[in-house]
Amino acid sequence: MRFIDEFRESEYAKAIVDKIHYISRKNVKLMEVCGTHTVAIFKSGIRGLLPAAIKLISGPGCPVCVTPMTDIDKAIALARQKDVIFTTFGDMMRVPGSLGTLQKKKADEGLDIRIVYSPLDALKIARDNKDKKVAFFSAGFETTTPAIAATVFQAHMDGLSNFFILPVNKTVPPAIKALLDTAELGLDGFICPGHVSVLIGSNAYKFIAEKYKRSAVISGFEPVDILLSIYMLIKQIEEKDARVEIEYKRAVTPEGNKKAMGIMWDVFEPCDADWRGIGVIPESGLRLTKKYEMFDAVKHFGINVPAVEDKTSCNCGDILRGLKEPPECRLFGKVCTPENPVGPCMVSEEGSCSAYYRFGANG
Amino acid sequence: MCLGIPAKVIKIDDHLAIVEIGGARKEIGLLLVDDISVGDYVIVHAGYAINKINEKEAEETISLLRRLADEVYR
Repeated sequence: MRFIDEFRESEYAKAIVDKIHYISRKNVKLMEVCGTHTVAIFKSGIRGLLPAAIKLISGPGCPVCVTPMTDIDKAIALARQKDVIFTTFGDMMRVPGSLGTLQKKKADEGLDIRIVYSPLDALKIARDNKDKKVAFFSAGFETTTPAIAATVFQAHMDGLSNFFILPVNKTVPPAIKALLDTAELGLDGFICPGHVSVLIGSNAYKFIAEKYKRSAVISGFEPVDILLSIYMLIKQIEEKDARVEIEYKRAVTPEGNKKAMGIMWDVFEPCDADWRGIGVIPESGLRLTKKYEMFDAVKHFGINVPAVEDKTSCNCGDILRGLKEPPECRLFGKVCTPENPVGPCMVSEEGSCSAYYRFGANG
Repeated sequence: MCLGIPAKVIKIDDHLAIVEIGGARKEIGLLLVDDISVGDYVIVHAGYAINKINEKEAEETISLLRRLADEVYR
């Protein structure tokens, strides 16, 4: 396919790997923030191609992995309401809350829970089922949130009164700040998420270079894109020139997609959010603005579930922050596997544990 | 979860478009983007186009890759 095949050429990949080996001197730690990058890195075996001095670690960048148990409990409570059709992206079905998973509740209690590919599909279900109430599990980072905002906007325009969302959306820059404030991580640079950046633009990461003096490159998702981004990062670090650069120029601009972000900020506003395994990060969550409050499923149905403490003994929290590698968790590969996941990093296909389990340490 | 796929715009009808992704056709929303024409490539995520692919920038990245490859293999 165009814009994909060109960035999978092995000739380019080999040349960049050579270049990286040639310029690499220092020991550096780079974090890929985005789960889609994590999978691409493991799948293409990039870790095994790099010099020993370059350590790649996976970050918290999967919205599924960072959804806390309490939010899953709220989703189940909503799905249990009379005449409710609960709709969700497929990945969220298997994330354990304190009461179990949506998938298990669907099977055990016969709840009407449906997987959708797009929030538009949930809106269509609402239009086609006027005698029911449709709630959509609104998870995602800035890549996904504008699409959900556009759907809420559409529902508002159409005067639809049987469509609601459960907002658990989160934003990436506050999480990167929190990681930079975790001194023991000692990160030298970030492979920044490509599609989040399509929306928010490279300017949103200026603080990484200006305040924290660390390097950042926004990367595309094909193997050659990621290798080129690593090369750009190593070059910056070796030359002591911390900047924010864009490798994924065919899709990302400094300003981002202003129209989409305008819709997002019309529908949502920042709030503090709890990240599973990490804790509360100030201003990193999103809630509906006053104008769109009537779409809030929790308020509409008066859902009140107790906040639960995550007592699972897995190390997802440390893994999400890059403090531990998956095999350092004693449950990894024994009790916790993709078929029977304990922690969220194993549930999501884009979780570090799942990628590590499926592709091995070097991919 | 942030997977986005390049797709070619085949037909536009107000805020909806038909796009082609690897031979398959799909309807997507255009509410998040401006100035899209038939023949453009867009990145599709969760049923919406999230931007237009800049073909000139793509060509420039490919030229850079060719230059890097030439330097190494020359």
